[in-house]
Amino acid sequence: MKTLFPLTLIFFVVFSSSVYSNDEPVVFKNKNHEHRYQSLIEEIRCLVCQNQSLADSDADLAQDLRKEIYDMIVSEKSDEQIIQFLVERYGDFVLYRPPLKENTWLLWFGPFLFAFIGLFAAIIIIKRQAKTNNIEAEMDEDKKQRLTELLNTDPETDSGGDKK
Amino acid sequence: MIRYLLPLGLFVGLVIIFIYGLQHDPRHVPSPLIDKPAPAFNLPTLHSPEINIHLEDLKGKVSLLNVWASWCVACRTEHPILIGATSKYPNLNLYGLNYKDKREDALQWLQQLGNPYIENAFDESGSISIDYGVYGAPETFVIDKAGIIRYKHIGPINKQQLETIILPLVKELESQQI
Repeated sequence: MKTLFPLTLIFFVVFSSSVYSNDEPVVFKNKNHEHRYQSLIEEIRCLVCQNQSLADSDADLAQDLRKEIYDMIVSEKSDEQIIQFLVERYGDFVLYRPPLKENTWLLWFGPFLFAFIGLFAAIIIIKRQAKTNNIEAEMDEDKKQRLTELLNTDPETDSGGDKK
Repeated sequence: MIRYLLPLGLFVGLVIIFIYGLQHDPRHVPSPLIDKPAPAFNLPTLHSPEINIHLEDLKGKVSLLNVWASWCVACRTEHPILIGATSKYPNLNLYGLNYKDKREDALQWLQQLGNPYIENAFDESGSISIDYGVYGAPETFVIDKAGIIRYKHIGPINKQQLETIILPLVKELESQQI
């Protein structure tokens, strides 16, 4: 059992290398190109594993698209042209930051809408609570009045009061 | 009364939203290519590398373009449906786009499981498939007589989808004049 574990590990290490082998390391001659490449692949969603960007994903398609983006950057295409290329093929869904459109306004403004609803609800709840506090305060007024009444009664007629 | 009805109403609302959400497959990404001209291609055929197939070869008739590969497990599930469709409807123009495959593997696949395709385009690098926005084989495009993509099916087609969606659409498009 003790030897089996390292052996399995070695097995996985040896055979997993084939997974990465077709993903060539990207080399840029131009620093600006490299910077653009990095920020682009982090902005584009991999459609195979939808919660990963192209930079994170190991899927075959992600490798192909990274290569495609690399080629376009090297051939001096602008970021807009590259994004347009991808959107024409895969739709706005490839963008982690979709453009503001009729069908995305809920996506963009939904959080503010919900924050507003929350604020509204909070105001109502606070107001209601303040009202009940006032009722309690009014009750206290009643009690105070009774107290002064009691204090103002003649001590002589009071049977159980303290005397100096 | 509202104290009890409000949480109940919110709960029912959430349930409705969840049911709505469950009925939608997040993997189904609407294709921007619908009602747009099919991307042009000029690829060697799978059977003979020296002969090329072009998009123009598909024009003038309604055709189905099925993206598949021998390494694709879901394609294996779909394959008998395609075989059944072409044997039942011999007029169905089914073309294949073989996606990032090895030629001998793909040919062996067809030999073993049968070949429902009129012709297969061999997209070894996958670059034409990128033009078609393919992200998960199998995918099937319905292309009309003028070469416009009318429908895209992502994932394996089942019998019901074939009979209720794809074949009626093909029939409808066939009745149209260019």
